[in-house]
Parts: sequence; C-alpha cells; structure tokens
Amino acid sequence: METNLYRFVLKYAPVQTAVVCLLTLASLPLYYLSLEVPKNIFNQAILGKIDFPTEVLGVSFGRVEYLFLLCAFFLLLVIGHGGLKQYVNTLKGRLGERLLRQLRYELISRVLRFPLPHFRKVSAGEIIPMVTAEVEPLGGFMGDAIAQPLIQGGTLLVIVTFLFVQNPVIGLAAISLYPLQAYLIPKLQRRVNQLGKERVRAVRKLSDRIGETIAGVQEVRVHGSAAWERADFSDRLGIIYRIRFEIYQRKSLVKFLNNFLNQLVPLLFYSIGGYLVIQGDLTAGALAAALTAHKDMSSPWKELLDYYQQLQDSRIKYEQVIEQFMPDGMLDETLQAPVEGPLPRLDGAIELTNVSLIEDGNTKWLENLTFRIEPGEHVAFVGPAGGGRDFAAMLIARLYRPTAGRITIGGQDLLSMPETVSGLRMSYVGPTAHLFAATIRDNLCYGLRQRPVRPRERDAGDERQRRRWLAESARAGNLALDVEDDWIDWSAAGLQDGQSPTRLLVEILSTVDLTEDVYQVGLRGTIDPKARPDIAENVLRARAALQARMTDPELASLIETFHPDRYNANATLAENLLFGTPVGPAFDVDRLAENPYVLRVLDKVGLTEDLVWIGREVAATMVEIFADLPPGHEFFEQFSFISSDDLPEFQTLLARVDGRRDMSPADRGRLLSLPFKLIEARHRLGLIDDELKARILEARRVFRDDLPESARAAIEFFEPSSYNAAATLQDNILFGKIAYGEARAAQRVGRLIVDVLDELNLREAVIEVGLDYFVGVGGARLSQAQRQKLSIGRALLKRSDIIVINEATATFEAATQARLMDGILKACEGRTVIWVLHDPILAKRFDRVLVFVDGRLAESGGFGDLQRPGTAFTELIAAA
Amino acid sequence: MSIKEEVEALRSVPLFAKLEPAKLKLLAFTSQRLTFAPNQVLFHQGDPGDAAYIVLEGEAEVLIDTPQGPVKVAEIGRHTIIGEIAILCDVPRTATVIAKSRLVTLRIDRDLFFRLVNEFPQIAVEIMRELAHRLEKTNEQLRRAVSRAPM
Repeated sequence: METNLYRFVLKYAPVQTAVVCLLTLASLPLYYLSLEVPKNIFNQAILGKIDFPTEVLGVSFGRVEYLFLLCAFFLLLVIGHGGLKQYVNTLKGRLGERLLRQLRYELISRVLRFPLPHFRKVSAGEIIPMVTAEVEPLGGFMGDAIAQPLIQGGTLLVIVTFLFVQNPVIGLAAISLYPLQAYLIPKLQRRVNQLGKERVRAVRKLSDRIGETIAGVQEVRVHGSAAWERADFSDRLGIIYRIRFEIYQRKSLVKFLNNFLNQLVPLLFYSIGGYLVIQGDLTAGALAAALTAHKDMSSPWKELLDYYQQLQDSRIKYEQVIEQFMPDGMLDETLQAPVEGPLPRLDGAIELTNVSLIEDGNTKWLENLTFRIEPGEHVAFVGPAGGGRDFAAMLIARLYRPTAGRITIGGQDLLSMPETVSGLRMSYVGPTAHLFAATIRDNLCYGLRQRPVRPRERDAGDERQRRRWLAESARAGNLALDVEDDWIDWSAAGLQDGQSPTRLLVEILSTVDLTEDVYQVGLRGTIDPKARPDIAENVLRARAALQARMTDPELASLIETFHPDRYNANATLAENLLFGTPVGPAFDVDRLAENPYVLRVLDKVGLTEDLVWIGREVAATMVEIFADLPPGHEFFEQFSFISSDDLPEFQTLLARVDGRRDMSPADRGRLLSLPFKLIEARHRLGLIDDELKARILEARRVFRDDLPESARAAIEFFEPSSYNAAATLQDNILFGKIAYGEARAAQRVGRLIVDVLDELNLREAVIEVGLDYFVGVGGARLSQAQRQKLSIGRALLKRSDIIVINEATATFEAATQARLMDGILKACEGRTVIWVLHDPILAKRFDRVLVFVDGRLAESGGFGDLQRPGTAFTELIAAA
Repeated sequence: MSIKEEVEALRSVPLFAKLEPAKLKLLAFTSQRLTFAPNQVLFHQGDPGDAAYIVLEGEAEVLIDTPQGPVKVAEIGRHTIIGEIAILCDVPRTATVIAKSRLVTLRIDRDLFFRLVNEFPQIAVEIMRELAHRLEKTNEQLRRAVSRAPM
C-alpha cells in the first residue's frame, strides 16, 4: 500500500492523471489569449490605434467589421476555454471517484487479509468510520491532487507574465510579498496539521467508545452508570471541541494574513506605479491594466492557498488511515485470489512438524508439536482447559499461523495453499457461530461460495450493461467478478445431475437436528404464490384435506372456518368486517376507525351508531374492572382494550357523554376505535348479537363491492378457493380460526395440520419455505442452539475432506450432544474429523485421542489404550 | 354465554362470594372459558398445579390412584371449584379430574390469580376468612371423631 497520497494517485491512475495535466496545460494559452483579445478589442478596434482597413489572413476588414471579427474570436475563445475546462472537470471528477472507490476497496480487502488475532486489538467502531467517513473527502481531493496546483499555478504564472510584459517593475511589485507569504503560511500551517492529527485520533477514540457503549449498554443500564458514561462522553467531546476550535482559529488566521498581504499590493501599485506615471515612465492606461490584472491574481492565489490547506488535511487523513491497515503478518494477497479450474482434494495426511504458537513474543500456547493424522481418521483433541487442544485445532483450520514449524496436508504446505482450496476442502465450526443476515438457505450454502460457478443468464441488452458495469469495476482496480452470478458450487456438496438442491439441504437439516425447527418456521412463513404456484396449489390441497377431516364433529369444534356468509366468533370484528388480511398500513386494525373508506361503509349500512355504542360499553367495562389497577400493570398489556395511559381519558370521556346522543366527533372517533379488536368468543362481553352480526356481514359485502381500485392492493380477501399471499402457510391451510375455549385446541390443530401435510407429502415443501426464513442480524431471530446447529450444517454441506469441530456442541444438553455427535460422525465416515472435546468421556467415539497438556502433546492413542493408570488421560477422566 | 353469567358462577363459589362485583368481573375477564369433551382429562394426579377450574356447565369425576387402579372419590357439578388447593399452595395435583359430560369451565390461571391477590389485599382477606372457616369445620369434625373414638 502506498504510504503517500501522491504516490497512490500516480500508481493507480498514471494515464488519467497525465491526460488531465496535459489538457490543463493546454487550456493555459487559451486563458492567456482571453486576457489578450479584450485588450486588442479595446485598443485596436474601439480606440482605433491601428490603420483601417486592415488585413487578416488575406481578407481586408473595416473598423466595425474588425470589431465584430475580434468579438466573434473572443466568443470562440470563451466557448473553447469553458468547454475544455468543463471536460477537464468531468475527467477529474471521474478520476477522483474511481480513486476513492479503489482506496476503499483496498482498505476493505486488507481487512479481509488481517491476521485473525489482530481483530482482538482493533474494533469495528474504529475501522468502519475510517473506510466510510474518513476517506470520503479524499475522493474530491485526489481528482484534483495534481491538476489543481497546475491549473491555478499556471493561471497565476500567465497573469504574472502578462504583468511583466506590461512593465517589469509592476510585475515585481505584484509578486513582491509572495516570499513573505511563502515563509509565513507553512509555518502557521504546521501547527494546524498537528491539530488535524489529534482531531482524527480523538474522533476515532470517540467512535470506538460509542461502539463499546452500545455493545455494553446492558451493563450501563443494570449498573445505573449512565451518568458516568455521559461525563466520559462530555469530556471527549470537550477535547474535540478544543481541537476543532483551535484549528478554526488558526485557519482563519492564515486566511486573514493572506488577505491582508494581498490588500497591500495595490498600495505598492499606487505608490510605485503612481510615482512612475508622474515621472512619465509608465502610462496611466498600463497602470489601470496592471491593477485589473492584479485583481485577477487574487482568485488563483486564494485557490492555491486553499489547495495547500486541503492537501495538508488530506495527507494527514490518508496517512493516518493507511497506517491502521498495515498490521504485521497480513495474509498474502495471492492466497485469496479465486483459483480457476478444478480444486485439488485435501485427502492426504495432516502432518505437523515442530509447530509452536507464541503470541506477542512471550505467551506460549503451543510448543514443538509433531504429529500426524491419517486421511479418514476420526481424532479427538482433549486436555485440560488452556492446555492447547483448541489452538492445535485452530492452527490446522488456518485461524492462526504457527510461529515456528510446518503444517502440511498431503505433503503440501498449508500456509501457501490458496484459501479457495482450503475453504472448500476443509471446514471449521467454533464454539460460537456467526450467521449472516440472510435466509437459512443462504447461511447453509455460505460455505460453497468460493468463486462464481455459473454465469447468470441475461438477455443481450442486460448482458452488455452488466459487462460495462464490471469493466468499470476493473478500471477502479476492484475485483471484476459478478456478484449476481451463481456462486454456489453444488457439485462440491455432492449434488447429482437432475437432483434438487433442496433435498441435500433437507438431509443436512436432519443430520443437525433442525428439521422440525425449519418446518415450524416454514408453517409460519409466507410465499409469493406467483413465484411459487406449486407450493400455493399444494397448500390449497392441504386446505381441502383439512376441511374434509372437519366433518368429524369432534374436530369441527376446534376450528371455525372462514365463511363468506357467516360471522366468525373467533375472529376480531375487524377481520369479520374486512374479511381479509390487510397489506400495508391502509387497513391496519389500530387505525381502522380513522380510515375514511371504512367509515363510509359503516355509514352506508348504518353500523356506525351501533359500533359507537359497543365502544362505549367496552370502555365502561374496561374502566370498571381496570380502574383500580396501578398504571403500567401487566394486565393492561395482556387484557385491556385501553392502555393504562388512556384509561383516565376514557373515564372522563364516559362521564362527558353519559346518556347523551350528541357527542363530539373526537369522542365518537375514540369510542369507535375500540370494538374492532373485539373477539366475541374470547372476550365474552355479549355485545355482538345476531342482528348486529347480520349487519356486519352486510358491511362486509359493501366493503368489498365498493372498494376502489386504488385500495385493492391494500387487502387480500379470504377466498375459499384461492391462496392468500399476505397470510402464513398455516393460516392458509387453516382458513379459519382456532376456537377459543376448546381444551388444548392449539396443540390438537397443530397435530392435525402436520397429519394433513404428511398425508399429502408436503413436508418438504413446507421446509423449503422455512429455508427462506430471514435469520436476522447475526442470526438474532434464531435461538443460540439453532444458530449453532445451522453453522454445523453449513460446515457439513460442503462435504469437505477435513472437518475441524471446536467444542461446537458443548453447549447442548447431554442427550442432544450425543445424538448430534453420532449423526455428524456417521455423515463424515471416510473423511478426516478433528474434534476438540471439553468432556474426555465423549472421546470414546473416536479412532484416536490426542491429549494436550501445557501446550505439548502428552499422549496419543486409542481410547481404551489410554485408559491405564498413570496416564494424563486417566487423570483427565477422573477430574471430569 | 357472556361474562355476566361467569360472574354469577364465581359469586356462588364460597371462596369468591364476598368479593365486590368489579373484582369478580376482572377475575372472569382475565380467566379463560374452556370446554372439555366427555372423558377428556382436566389434569392428572401428580401434575404440577397451574390453574383452578370453576364448573359452569356439566359434570366431572374426581379419581384417586390406588394400587388397585383409579378409584372414583367424588362427582362435581355446576358452580363448584376444582383444584383451588393447587393455586393456593405449591403442591402437585392430589387427584385426577375427568369430564363426565360436556364440561364448560372457567379456568383461573395460578399466576394471574396471585397477581390479583397482590393487587387487591381484600381478596386475600376474603380467602383467609374462607380458609379459616374451612379449618374451623375440619377441627370440629376432628373433635367429633376423637370424642367418638373408643378410649
């Protein structure tokens, strides 16, 4: 990585920079002419200082024609100079943006090559703002880095030359104070630079502390230490304030000095120039021209000064960012480049020769390990905690680099193997797994994404566009592989031609004991019936099969099916009215009473008054039974239609409207909002009689018939014969509500649905929907156990030759752990397995046991052989 | 089938008889109406006690496990409370209860019940009174049994 900003620019964009510079230089003569031509227009054409008619390129011109000829030339010049400038600006913009892209790419790709132990020293809170915010202003600067001083310096030079041509003394006067400025300004700037460095460091520490506080916010709240944290932040912000304000003051001092000195120059003109004019050595016109030209000088001079300050700023930013991205022991870049062609297998023996792992020069984790693991062998690594069993496994998984010694697989050096190869042919699962914020399927397949395997198919137009897109990536020095291609190498997972990948995933799920979880998730998932008409159709078949079973009177009482002409006592009043699932916020139950269309429908069938009356009854009941509870009591959340905050308001509202028919629209609105969540069978308030039900059904018809086309997308109606895209699979199969008040109804209905799906052979279809479940950030929507199982599944799916498992099942209870181990070891028959075990008894399942004590290999042998008196292994078992 | 009817049922249970109507309504509203089919088991002997039931409609049988198999010890009808001991003190179910006919009950969840008691001490006082009354009755029975027994 280039440690200097200029070198970075020149290394990655030499040609573009040269083109920008050349074009910039080419514009300077045009600029000179644009100073020269107006002078000629004035002197020659307007004042008539030459003889007319005059000849230009063999054509003779009168005075007026000559004036217009010069003006036309001046116009061309302005267009030419402006056009060239615009073109150069575009080039510079592109250059800057590309370089910024390149810089960010370089930084991120360096993070991917950091030695893994380095991540214990740096935090995401420091790295993220460096890549995102800190380098952002460099983009604009890098485009200008070389062209800007050229163009402004060149412009200045042109003006100075022009002045010297007018009169050397005037020229000298114009630049007479530059040496002073050139001496003073860098001196002042030096302190600003130092402060700039301090500012970067302080801001970085601040973002690190913010990250830390967010990560530890539970502790802050639990210990009530928010005030201490605030004081700490206030202190840090104070430091940043002091630095920033001092920078501001010093920068403005530089500007002031510069302006002041510039103002002095006209003084010199007036005194020296005036003297010369009085002496007759200079014409008054020339002095006036010199004054005008000098005014033009101040703009490029100011630009140059700005550039200088910006350069110092950018240089510091660049250097301070770069130094954070050059830790010792970074992985060689070539080892991460995707390998072409078939990948070799790692089916040779693993050999460690005199391997040591020493951290920070003194902590010896492992010393002088020498052992061999045969291909296909199942080996357990055991030993006391801190004995090195986990480090030995992590060395083999390439998570650490040995400080000394050599690790080979099949004779090939592990450290010089491309990561593409070891990434696909070796898997590792640690004690805490990380999941990516994607679907279960994506997470399972993550281990198969080493390189693109099949290009994505596109039509010719899209393909051209995409190629241009990738070409731009290449121009900015980015990896030009297409993220939209198919990267999942199913053949590595052992997929046969014509086989469905889902089958493989289902097998893996069952090995890691996740089938039931994913199945349940699938039942609660939704699908787009247009994208998956097959699943939608099957769900409708399941719905029909369930309906058929409901002829059994015992089951019939468990579910109340949706019927277009019947009121469903187990559904809310809102569901009965809408007879569908709201999509988006338009018909959200909480705001139904404010929806103008719903209000119109209620008015049309004359329901409004009844619902207001029901609302009043509901409010009265709630006030009666909840009034004595303290505010915020959990009963409000669980049972009440009115929150504890709103209860007093309803209390006064009820007193206000007591016995009156005329109430304010606001009061009516509040009461009207209450009945929509009423579930007749659950709340048992006896407020919805048959006559009212009939009118709600009438409103249901009107709601549907009158629904404007624009609102059609805001609701998915319950249709007995079609799939409801807004509802879950389970709700689609159920097509009704589980009855309240039937003992164990939910469990019995759950079993019923499972039966129906199994009968129709739809288990896999549901699992497929479950595979598309989004696991949340870091897998937060799954339980810890599910995350762990999923990460084991991810390691097993790629059928690697070597599997390293580091206490990945230790958190499960004994029975689950035993079941998982047996399943995994069976699935890995014939492949090398290294399993770090917390509990030595579990080692019984393995061909060989390696015992690590104090960073050394103490014993190696079969489980039975090692269980002799006096061995370290026997001691371990006794201690367990 | 409205909440009013449940309030009436609660009022006829001695344990709750003296509570004011608003509290009975709260108890009814936060409880669950649960229907059991004939022969469906409400709970088994030895289960942890998680709720009490008040019979609104139908009849239930109380069975106790003996070495000779289950023995029916009682039949329960309308407006009787079942399993109240389990929600008052932490003991496993002392008997099995099975619905004899279609049985409609009001299920009072143990945790909910305790939260109510916490909130409204007068409920606790009423329950204490009722329990003391029961203890009194048991003592009386014991005295009679002892005096009748041969010396």
